[in-house]
Formats: sequence, structure tokens, C-alpha cells
Amino acid sequence: MITIDNLTKQFGHHKAVDGLSFNVKPGEVLGFLGPNGAGKSTTMKMITGFLTPTSGKITLFGKDTQSHPMACKSMLGYLPEGAPSYGDMTPQQFLKFVGKARGIPASELTSRINEVVAKLQLDNVLHQTIETLSKGFKRRVGLAQAIIHDPQILILDEPTDGLDPNQKHEVRKLIQNLSKDKIVVVSTHILEEVSAVCTRAIIIADGKILADGTPSELEAKSRYHGAIRLDFSEAPDAADQILALTQVKEIETLEDGHSLMVYPNPGEVLFDPINQLIQEHHWQVRELHVERGRLDEVFRSITEKASA
Amino acid sequence: MNSFKVVLSRELNSYFATPLAYVFIVIFLMISGAFTFFMGGFYERGQADLWPFFNFHPWLYLFLVPAISMRLWAEERKSGTIELLMTLPLSLRAIVFGKFFAAWIFTGVALALTFPIWLTVNYLGDPDNGAILAGYLGSWLMAGGFLAIGSCISATTKNQVIAFIISVVICFLFVVSGFNIVLDWFTSWAPGFLVDSVAALSFLTHFNAIAKGVLDFRDLAYFVIVIGGWLLATAIVIDLKKAS
Repeated sequence: MITIDNLTKQFGHHKAVDGLSFNVKPGEVLGFLGPNGAGKSTTMKMITGFLTPTSGKITLFGKDTQSHPMACKSMLGYLPEGAPSYGDMTPQQFLKFVGKARGIPASELTSRINEVVAKLQLDNVLHQTIETLSKGFKRRVGLAQAIIHDPQILILDEPTDGLDPNQKHEVRKLIQNLSKDKIVVVSTHILEEVSAVCTRAIIIADGKILADGTPSELEAKSRYHGAIRLDFSEAPDAADQILALTQVKEIETLEDGHSLMVYPNPGEVLFDPINQLIQEHHWQVRELHVERGRLDEVFRSITEKASA
Repeated sequence: MNSFKVVLSRELNSYFATPLAYVFIVIFLMISGAFTFFMGGFYERGQADLWPFFNFHPWLYLFLVPAISMRLWAEERKSGTIELLMTLPLSLRAIVFGKFFAAWIFTGVALALTFPIWLTVNYLGDPDNGAILAGYLGSWLMAGGFLAIGSCISATTKNQVIAFIISVVICFLFVVSGFNIVLDWFTSWAPGFLVDSVAALSFLTHFNAIAKGVLDFRDLAYFVIVIGGWLLATAIVIDLKKAS
């Protein structure tokens, strides 16, 4: 359990984090969202004990990060932004160093290293110096060191930044596989990632929480939530007929003239009534798509409102 | 203790993982040899001791030791690994000491590799080997003093060149404060105790005393205090400005 209570960090006159409070329970994968400079990394650096809060309190499973720094650091696995590592070491040496620093006994160290190497598919580069590795491999080495001691709490600062789509998929799978009874906090500005791996998302800007909920709750805040996109080949008066439905709030004709975007009134479901109209009038429908809501749109509207 | 050893061994290995160690050792051996034979008049003096060898060590260290110490912290800052290192369950003390001792052991290895000159002087004559041992000890302690200064300066910046230049300047001050030219300038106006305290601050004064074979507790304590003081300053600097 991570408890964050009224956390504030001030750099000179600038408040990077401003009175943040939230809890994270075991089993949760928390997505930490926000524009650049919102205070995501600063908050993570305070959780990991790298930065000292100006005021406020962080406890990890009941231990205060400031009065019990060693106990807290032992519970954590951390991938800092940009996945820094020692370029002159090989992944093998680097993982050994981190494992020893984490106090893994020598008898278990080899098997732990083998396990994370297999998980992150590092076997082919194990004996190359890290500085010669591609960005994707460097990131995976960073992830490997973060999970080598099987931590209770995993803090990942932009774990998929700069990876190709396949590598992103691998990293997400990894996060999903390890999160059963762990706490995972992931910062990102890739929103698809939140729906893909997170059980909860917090949007922050200017150091304050703007939204907190499951990804689907956040999606529900989108004006696209429950909207239906229709693509006709033959339906002359469809727009008027649909607009006459009580459930419909408004209709937008999309650029090609053959497609309609139908927005529902709050709380209404559009699929059934529209489907009925289609059957009755024998419209030729090429495509019918129910929108779940668009996180990027929610993100933009929330964070822009805050900065305005 | 375990964390100290973990940091120490990582740092030591990193010297030998790159050409740094080999370049440093070769240059150190070449220059110290050149100084001893060409400028120190090792043969011409006709004395069986290593004074011409040790005499140039302060000047040699002035440039070579900051070249080692400049990367101690500046590199960690530049590459961001400081964040990784400081979030591992390692105490700040273990990290500061581990890094320093790795560098100090490394200079010790370079110094030990000058042993052929010791063999030479024993072949040519009958030197006081106790005094030579004291000279080596003094030289190594002085290298530790330079390293501790360099460690603290390196902690303040992420630019290794700046760390190098400032370390050289500060080390230079610590060396020349024992120089007669500097002391003469003080004698003309300053009271005697001030002249003495400036001289007492100098690496040169204490190193020369040890290198002559006089092992005074105060000279040894001087280097231990200098090293301890600058390492404490390193820890404070790191703690205060970890993130910047």
C-alpha cells in the first residue's frame, strides 16, 4: 500500500507538486498521466526516495520514506526516466551489481538473473557493453534491474518511451503478468497504454490531481462515449430520422458525406433505437461502430481546462 | 559493509573495463620515470635514495589525479545513473566511501607499479628501504588527499571538464601554500603563526616530511583529516543537490 498525503515539492518559486494525496492498493496498476512538466516524474522521484518532499508524507506499507529510507528502498523497483545504466558494463555485470546491491544472496543471484534475462529476452546481448545496445535493449535492461529482486512496489517512469510497437507490446505484457499482488505505478503520455495495462488512472497537471478513476470511467467522460459512427452506402434521409430519436443529442456529418457521428444524450444507449431504424428503412449500412470514448480527448479537455 | 564492497568492486571494475586505467598507468609510469631521471638527476646525485622520484609526485598528481576524480560523480549526474544508484538500498556513506576507495586503490596500483625504480636503487646501492616505504606511504596518502578534493568538486557538477579544472586549481593551492615563494610573501607582513598555519595546510610540507622517512603522527593525521573532511563535504553536496 502506498499512501501519499498532501505531498508538495517546491523548486525555488515553482511548485512542481502541489498538495497531492492518493493511495495505491496491492493489485493496482496505476497509470500516471499528465502533460510534460506536470509533476509526474517529481512525484515518482519522491516515492522512490531520490528527492525529499518539501512537505507532506509518503508511506510504503506503513513505513515512512523519510524516516525509514532503507526499508522503503528495499521494497521498491524503479525504472528512472530514460532508463539510465552504466554504459561500460554488460547487462550481465550490471544485473549482478544491482542484485548484490539489493542484497540478493549469492546462491540465488544466478537464478534470479537467469529469470529476468529470460523474461526480457536479453540472452543475446548479455555480454555486450550496454552503451553498444539499441534503445529497446537498454530499456529492457533497465526493466530487468527494476524487477530483479521481485519488488512489492514497481515504479516505472515512461517504460515504453522510444520503443517500437512490438517492444511496447512485450513491455505491457510483462507489466500485466507481474501485477497480480503487486503495486505498479506507470507514468506515460501514451494513452492507449493506460487502457491496455492500467486498472486505474490519475491525470495530473501543475502538480494537482485533475481526474482519478478506472480507464473506462475516464473514457466515459469523453463526449464520444457511447457515440455511434454510421457509414452508409444508400440512405437519403437517415440524418433527419435519427435526429428525431429522443436519445440523440446531436449529429455530425463527417467529411466524406456518407458517414454520420451520432452523439447520445447523457446516460442513453443508442445502439438499439438506431438498429431498429436501420431494419425498418432497409438502409444500406457498411459500418456501424460504437465508440467507447477517447482518452486523448478527455485528457486534452481536462488538462487544457486546468491551464486555461 | 556489504554495500561498501558492492560499490567498491563496481567502481574498480569500471576502471579496468575502459582504456582509462591502462592509459593512466602508462602515462603515470612514463612521466614519473622521466622526472626522476632527467629532471631529478637520479644518477648524477650519486645517492642511493628515491628522493628525485618522490620529489615530483605532488606536481604529477596535480594533473593526473583530478583526471581520475573528475568522473566520480559528474559522470553519474550526466548519465542519470545517480538516480539509479541513490534509489538502491545503499547508504550514502557506503557510496561515497566506495567510490573514493576504488579510486584510491587504483592510484595505489599505479604507484605500486613503479617498483622497478625501487629494484634499481637497491641494485645500484644500499638505500634505506624504510624511508622508501615511508615515501610510498606518503605519496599514496597525498594522492588520497587530491582524490578527496576532486571527489567533492566532481559532486558539484555534471561537467567533467569543469570538475577537472576546478580540482586542479584547488589542489594547486593546497600544494603551493607550502612553497617558499608563497611563504616568503606571507612572511613580509603576516605574523609568524599565520605563516606557519598556511605552511601547515600544504600537502607539500607534510608529504616532504613523510618522504624523508620521518613518520610523524601529525603528518599522517593531516592527510586522514583532509581526506575525511573533503569526503564529508562530498556527501553533503550530494545530499543537497542530488537532482540538479
